[in-house]
Amino acid sequence: MIDVLYFAWVRERIGLPRERVETSAATVAELVAELASREDRYAAAFADLRSLRVALDQQLADFSAPLDGVREVAFFPPMTGG
Amino acid sequence: MQVRVQAEPFDYGAECAGFGDGGRDVGAVVTFLGVVRDDSGQLARMEIEHYPGMTEKAIAAIAEEARARWSLADVLVVHRHGALMPGEPIMMVATAARHRVAAFEAAEFLMDYLKSRAPFWKKEIGPDGAAWVAAKDDDEDALARW
Repeated sequence: MIDVLYFAWVRERIGLPRERVETSAATVAELVAELASREDRYAAAFADLRSLRVALDQQLADFSAPLDGVREVAFFPPMTGG
Repeated sequence: MQVRVQAEPFDYGAECAGFGDGGRDVGAVVTFLGVVRDDSGQLARMEIEHYPGMTEKAIAAIAEEARARWSLADVLVVHRHGALMPGEPIMMVATAARHRVAAFEAAEFLMDYLKSRAPFWKKEIGPDGAAWVAAKDDDEDALARW
């Protein structure tokens, strides 16, 4: 089981801030493919990966990164702090 | 070094007055205040979402990199989240160094990295509804100079 978190418009599009996901995905990209195939709202949120960022256990990562040992995955748009 | 992520307002004057005390080798203090800007003239409020846990860690890592790279005597970052009104302070940074070039550069470095590497997302609420603020290519490009 892995905790999947969504922020900003990704959260709004999917309609929830976090969920526990049972997955055998080996990489972030595989997890994205699994989620996107669930329902239209997920497909819409993950339609363009260039407009998304991912963090693994609260560290920025790439979509090709392995999920081995990861407990928390977060998806969000490019950050707009400062 | 101090990093604070908070919903409450902060007192910029008091933060500046209390910063960088006690270091005899400090010759320069730079402080920066970021304020909610109303470009359209119709902004009702700004809402800032963040990623509790990661936000603090990401800012601490950026601040530590600045401290080490410019040999800062001290560094402070305060960043708010939640609902903010136009004109309200969003965030501040302060750097203390031996010389002004290091203090200025470190403050700019912190600002550039906070914009696109700290997990905050701004949403503007106006008369026509709400819209997420899009990240600018310029913000990403700004990191290249460091």
